[in-house]
Parts: sequence; structure tokens; C-alpha cells
Amino acid sequence: MPSRSPLRHAAHALLAPLLALTTLGTAMAEEAPLPEDWADIEALARGQTVYWNAWGGDAATNRYIDWAAGRLAEQFGVEVVHVKLDDTAAAVSRVIAEKSAGNVDDGAIDLVWINGENFAAMKRHDLLFGPFASRLPNLALTAPDEHPEVRTDFTLPTDGFEAPWGKAQLTFYYDADRVEAPPGGMIELLDWAQTHPGRFTYPLVPDFLGSTFLKQALIELVEDPSVLAEPTDGHDVEALTAPLWEFLDALHPYLWRRGRDFPASGPQLKRLMGDGELSLAFTFNPSEPAAAVAARQLPPSTRSYVLDGGTLGNVHFVAIPFNAAHKAGALVLANFLLSPEAQARKQDIDIWGDPTVLDMTKLTSEQRAAFDSEDDHPARLPPDAMGKLLPEPHPSWMEALEAGWRERYADDG
Amino acid sequence: MTLFETTVRLVPRLTLLLLIVPVAAGLAGVVAPAFGWLPALGGERWTLAPWRALAQAPGLPDMLRLSLVTGLASSLAALAIVVLFLGAFLDSRLFHLVRRLLSPLLAVPHAAAAIGLAFLLAPSGLASRLISPWASGWTQPPDYLFPGDPAGLALIAGLVLKEVPFLLLMSLAALPQCQAAERLQVARALGYGRLNAFTKAVLPGLYPLIRLPVYAVIAFATSTVEVAMILGPSTPPTLAVTVVRWLGDPDLALRFQASAAALLQLGVTALALLMWWLTERLVAWLAAGWLENGQRRRGERLGRGFGAGLTGLAILLLGASLAGLALWSLAAWWPFPAAWPSPMTLDTWRAAADTAPRPLAHTASLGLAATLLAVALTIGCLEAETLRRRALRPGTQLILYLPLLVPPVAFLYGLVQLQAQLGLTPGWPAAALGHSLFVLPYVFLSLAESYRRLDPRWGQVAAALGASRARTFWRVRLPMLASPIAVAAAVGFAVSVGQYLPTLLLGGGRLATLTTEAVSLASGGDRRLTAVYALGQLALPALGFALAGGLPRLLLRHRRPSP
Repeated sequence: MPSRSPLRHAAHALLAPLLALTTLGTAMAEEAPLPEDWADIEALARGQTVYWNAWGGDAATNRYIDWAAGRLAEQFGVEVVHVKLDDTAAAVSRVIAEKSAGNVDDGAIDLVWINGENFAAMKRHDLLFGPFASRLPNLALTAPDEHPEVRTDFTLPTDGFEAPWGKAQLTFYYDADRVEAPPGGMIELLDWAQTHPGRFTYPLVPDFLGSTFLKQALIELVEDPSVLAEPTDGHDVEALTAPLWEFLDALHPYLWRRGRDFPASGPQLKRLMGDGELSLAFTFNPSEPAAAVAARQLPPSTRSYVLDGGTLGNVHFVAIPFNAAHKAGALVLANFLLSPEAQARKQDIDIWGDPTVLDMTKLTSEQRAAFDSEDDHPARLPPDAMGKLLPEPHPSWMEALEAGWRERYADDG
Repeated sequence: MTLFETTVRLVPRLTLLLLIVPVAAGLAGVVAPAFGWLPALGGERWTLAPWRALAQAPGLPDMLRLSLVTGLASSLAALAIVVLFLGAFLDSRLFHLVRRLLSPLLAVPHAAAAIGLAFLLAPSGLASRLISPWASGWTQPPDYLFPGDPAGLALIAGLVLKEVPFLLLMSLAALPQCQAAERLQVARALGYGRLNAFTKAVLPGLYPLIRLPVYAVIAFATSTVEVAMILGPSTPPTLAVTVVRWLGDPDLALRFQASAAALLQLGVTALALLMWWLTERLVAWLAAGWLENGQRRRGERLGRGFGAGLTGLAILLLGASLAGLALWSLAAWWPFPAAWPSPMTLDTWRAAADTAPRPLAHTASLGLAATLLAVALTIGCLEAETLRRRALRPGTQLILYLPLLVPPVAFLYGLVQLQAQLGLTPGWPAAALGHSLFVLPYVFLSLAESYRRLDPRWGQVAAALGASRARTFWRVRLPMLASPIAVAAAVGFAVSVGQYLPTLLLGGGRLATLTTEAVSLASGGDRRLTAVYALGQLALPALGFALAGGLPRLLLRHRRPSP
């Protein structure tokens, strides 16, 4: 980041509101259609301020976004403001409010880091701008034709309304000082929990990670997982999910706090591991355990692994609201995030450790070299240990599971 | 009428407008979706479906019970502690010590206190570490359900901790007004013990003066989101937390049901206030005989013991919670059961120092602007009272406290809708106005009694010397009230610093403040950084209170009579 003195920061922040007051009430800018040519988009973006709404709960991620903002200012003359959310829903609420009020071209949000559920909902209600992904020159580096996962989110085709940003795979981690043999599947997990009562739990459904745990369990417990690729309509949901509820009924008495209270999110699950209340937990970011050990949030004896039968994996994306005021700037930012420079830095365990979505064969050898890491952190899953990537079930299954969970366990106090 | 008088007489109306419009518009913004109307999400038909869905939500009766019980129990406990403490220790040495601790304790934002308390009492918390493993035998944290217990005891404790200082401050301001010292003297002369004298002779006069603050406490306690999220149970949570969860659910259809729940929350708060009011009647009726039964020393020692014990416990818990936060901000890897982080490091503070200046500046500028506006309007309202020689109508006073009585979750989302409708750019001006909405009632609460108590004869003397009303106001009344005004401003500033939802929603998320950073970091897992921001959140209002104590004396030193 270009070093600006804290005092200048402060002065700027104090002055900004005064400036905002004077410009309040100026007419909204008339929006011209975006130019076809990428160079023209870059020219249009110069001088824009892009408001990027992204979850702000992780210091490493925040620092990475800060770095990207600095690079964008240097390279493209685009200012990026990271709007730190505790929940993406706040951004969705604002877009809805703006749409209700007839604000179609001067929205407060330009780019949003989004998960599959929010994406599906926003797309269904026409709250997104696009298709735009194919306009990004760097999208070709992900080889979208060979890797369907960068153009499907939650089994739904993204249709170009999102640009891929990073990868995730459900990864378990444990404290090796306390656990000798971590469970390799759901049945083993039940046995393990019975011998280690109170040392495992999952986040409160419908938290993203909590629901993922349900899906993972369902895939393992259902007789024929292939039905999960289809919508729930036409299937006997009650019968197909019965083994899952039996499993949870058996598991809950051995969970942390006997399943009467659940952590609110993945990060809180991690904090409970750090506090020593849990001995086994899981995350969607394969490098998070190692990064957390480095940040002194998890015990040095933390180890990661993937379940024997493979685990769920997906890609996370950024999207542009339909009424974003600075679409050109948002496009330039989304494209930069896909650049080899940005992706290599993102994958660096010392920076963030979020796996890249780029296809290494599309890069020059020089670009590829940036991704090589000599790091062998013991808490980190070696790249070759990444197990089989299980496909996401159709979103209707997630809805059915969340509703079923709510009915059975939401009033367990 | 002079310009001064015209302006002052306009202020109450302006204030009411500022308070009523956003709250009413905000409520309208949730009423429509609660009955199915939200075209942006395809709701174009009036229907009762959201209410039916709400009625079928699993755990609804438990949510309602939890909100009501925790809200009423914590308010009752806080009031009881304050009464016992004042009764047993008014004007003792302990009393003056606590009085000095009061301002810094008030400065602790709710979320910071809750985070601290959660860390103190959790199975892996400081309290459990202090007795492990030597006394408890625990080498791994035990697995007990606290905080987050289904009965909401942790939530009640967290609320009591924060409400005791607030009610104490409000009572201290009201004591002279009900001539507490004189009443006490009379009762003591008749042979009543300290506590009996206070509860029988002072409390009946004091309570009506602190009734509104007590109502504000009940309203807050029944509808708090931050504290209930951190300390309350999760299956099910309180109704207010459920509203926020549903509003945040990726399934946008839940927003209709969430709006209905927000209106229900308004009903829950109203019900809690009604229950309290009925209890007031009942107590007044039951206590009539007790007041005159002539017993002078019954329960004296027990009451004193409880008063000292509970106040001490509250201060101890709050202090220990803050100490825990301070330790975490300095901790590196700090495993259970170590009671002391070792090694200690300043890394977290250094990391925060890189990113904190901008949020710090936003926090300060929003707080100063909102406080300035709120103080100006409050003084205008009170000066208008002086000009008219009568207090504001009770209805008007009630409206002043509207933002405290209507749960924010019920109207803030509607307010965002209004903001978008009017095409107001989200950002600093909108957020500052939103802050003043919540700051104003507190400033008014803090300042009103002192202002009204100021002897009108000072003004008469000034008038007799030929000073205009404006001159009397600027040169006589204002300087004489400098100290209470400064304290009220400090309270207001502290309230502004603690605002999360208004900043996020009205600022369009573009204004990072210490509180928005702290809350978004608290959603992540890093307790160290959260601790740093929580302490920063606390430091700024504490600075405000320190200035409030020293500044008036410094500015007005030339007015002191020379020795």
C-alpha cells in the first residue's frame, strides 16, 4: 500500500463529510451504456470510487483487500473502498431498498462478495447486473470451458452474473495433542463424539457452514447420492432425509453443550477450537487452520484433513448489483482479482491462503512460478492430500434440510 | 418578540419533527412488508401470510417468553440494586467512590461489556482459568452451558451490568430535585434506619422522576440485539435476534415474516412496559400500609448487605470483563488453562494502529456532530420551557423518548427504505442525523433536571439589571449550567460511539467506525483484534467524560470569585 500518514487519513476522513454535505442533492449522473471495448471500460473506470461490500470478519482477508485497493489505485486510477460487513445480507437489504425506491442507476454498492445462497436469491429477484463475466479478459485464465465449477454456483449456472474469485473445500482440522485418530466419515464421527463428548459441534443452521455440514452428512448417509443432483420435487424427501435426522438425533447429545447451543458461524467455531473447548472442527477454506496457527489463534498442534469419501467443495464469487453506480470500476476490480498477480498473492499462506481459481496450464511459466510455495506448514493440508471434491446437491435440498432442521432442533433450549 | 425568543420557541417543534418523522416513516416501512407489500421482492398483494408464517415459526412462544422475562428481570434487578445501594450508602465514603467510577463505567459500550462478560464466564474463560487445574482439576475446558443458557441468565447478567450505572446516574441527577437530603433528615430524626428512611421517605418521591429512564431500560432490554447475540441462547434466541436473523437470511421470502416479527417485537416491548406499569400500581397499592407501619429498622442490615454485595459484584464483574479484554489485546497464543497470556505482544495493537485512524476519525466526527445537534436542540427545548414558564406537555416528553421506546430493529430497516425513496445519498450526513435520533433522548434525560432546577431568580436578577433574555441566556444561564451540559454531551457522545445498526444502514456501510469494525471483527474469530477495537470503543467516550469533568472548570476559571 502506498504509505499515507495516519494524520492525513484522519484529516481526509474529517473533511470528507463536509464535502459530502456540499455535494448532497446534486443531480444523479445519467448513465451511459457500458462500452464494448475493454480499454474503453478501463478509461471509463479511471477516477471512479468502487464500493466493494465484503465480509470484514477476518483480518487477513481485510489486509488482502486493502492491498488490492492500493494496486487498483496505482494501476488503474480506481479508488476502492472496502465496506466491511458482518453479514452479506446487509448489502442485499440495501439493494432491495434501492430497487423498491426506484433507484436504478445510482446504487450504493458496486461490487459484492457473495455466497451461493445469496446469489441465487438475488438473481431470482433481478437484483444483479450482467452477464458480465465473459467481458473480463482474465476470465479466460480460469479455463471456464474445462472447469464447470467456475461457472456454476450451488449447482445453478451463473450465466455470467458472477465472476469467480476463490476456491473452497470442506476441510476438517483437529488438535493432534488431544486427538489421535480423527474420524474419517460421518459414522466414525458419531463413534468419536461418543468417546469425546462435548468436543465437536457445527455452526447454527442456516449459517452457511452449518448447512454445509448437513449436506455433507446427507451425501454420506443417503443410499444413492445421485438423486441429490436433482430438485427435491418428485422425491420422497422425508424418506431420503430420515437417515440424516436419525444420525443427528444420535449425535446431538454428544455435541458441545449437548447440542442445546450452537456457535453462530465458522469463525466462532474456530474460536472455540482456539479456546480449547473443541478438539475437532471444520472450515471451508483449506488453508485457514494453518493461517490461524500462524496468527496464534489455533494451537500449534493443529492438523488438517479431508474425509475419506471426499468433501463438498465450491467456488466463491463476486457480483455487481443491477444498479451499481460505478460498474466500469467494478468490472476493472473483478478483472484485477482474477489476475495472476492477485490470485498468487491470495493463495500465499502468509497473506490469506485462499486457493486460486486459475488454471495453471493457461499461465506462462513466469506467472506459474509465483504460485509455487516452499511452505510446508504442518497445520496445512498438503495439496496432494486434497481428497475427492463432492458436487453440491441441488439448492432445493439445502432448503429442505434447513427447514427440517429448524423444525426439529430450533427449539431445543 | 425578539429573534432569540422566536428561534427558541421554534426548537421544540423542530425537535419533535426530527424525532417523529424518521420513527413513523421507519415503522411504515416495516408495516407494508408485514402485510405482504414489497414489490421489489414480488410482494404486490396485501395478505396475512407473513403473520401466519410467523405464528408457525418453531419456538415462537419461547422467543416471546425469553424477550419478556430477560427484559423485565434485568430491569427489575438493576433498579433493585440501585435502590438498595442508594438507600444503604447515600453520602457515605463508598458512595463517593462509586460515583467517581460511574462515568467510565457508563462509557463501556453494551457490546464491549457483553464480549468481556462472555469471555469472563465461558467454560474456557478467565474465571475458569483462574481455578484450573489446581482447584477444579480441569486441564480442558469443562462443557457447561453458560453464557447462552436457555433461561437467559447470562443475558440478564449482562444487561444488569450496563443498566445499573445508567439508572444510578439518572437517580443521582434526580435526588436533589426530590429534596432527598431533607426527606432523609426528617426520617432519620424520627429514628428510621438509613435504608428504611430512604425507601419510605425518599423513594416515593424519587421513583416518579426516574420512571422514564426505567422505561427506556425496559425497552432496551426487551429488544437488544447485540447483547442477546453474544450472551443469549441460540435455540431459540430472543425475538429481536430472530428478526435480525430472518432479515439476514439468504431466503429473501423470509423478509416478509421478519417484518411481521419486527412489529410483534414492538408489541412485546409495549407489553413489557404495560406489565411494569401494572406492577407499579400494584406495588403502590400494596405498599401504602407498609409505608406508614412505623417500623424503623426492619431488614436494615440485610438490605445493606445486599446493596453493598450486589453493587460490588456488578462493578467487579464489569471491571474483570474489561481486564479480560485488555489481556486478550496483548495475548499471543493463549491456551487454556493459562490464566495469564505469555508471551505478551503489542502486535495486535500495532496491526490495529495501521487501520484505525480512519474509523477513529469517523467515530469522532459522527459523535461530535450528533452530540452538538442533540445538545443544541435539548437546550433549545429547555430554554423554551423557561420562556413559557411551564414544562413540556407529557405527550411531547413521551415523543422525546420515542427512539428509546420503539425497538430500533422495528424501524431502522424501514428508515433505510425511506432514505432510498428520498434519494438521500447514504453517508455521513444521513448517519449523523440517525445518530442524533438516538443521542437526543439521552442528552435530554441527562440535562433536563439540572436545567429545570436552576433557580429562576438568577434570571430575574439579570433582567432587573437590564439584560435581555438572549443575554441572560448566553451570559448567565448557560455558563452556570456548563457542567451538567458537558456531562450530558459526554453521555450523548458515548451513545453515538456505541451505535452499530444506524451507522451501517444509514451510512450505506461506507462509514467505518470503531463500533462497526468491532462488530464485524466480532463476527470473525479473532478475539485479540476484537478486544483492541472494543477497548478503543471504550477509550473515546471515557475521554469525553474526562473532558466533561475538566473542561467547564478550565473555560470558566476567570468567572470564579478571586480568593
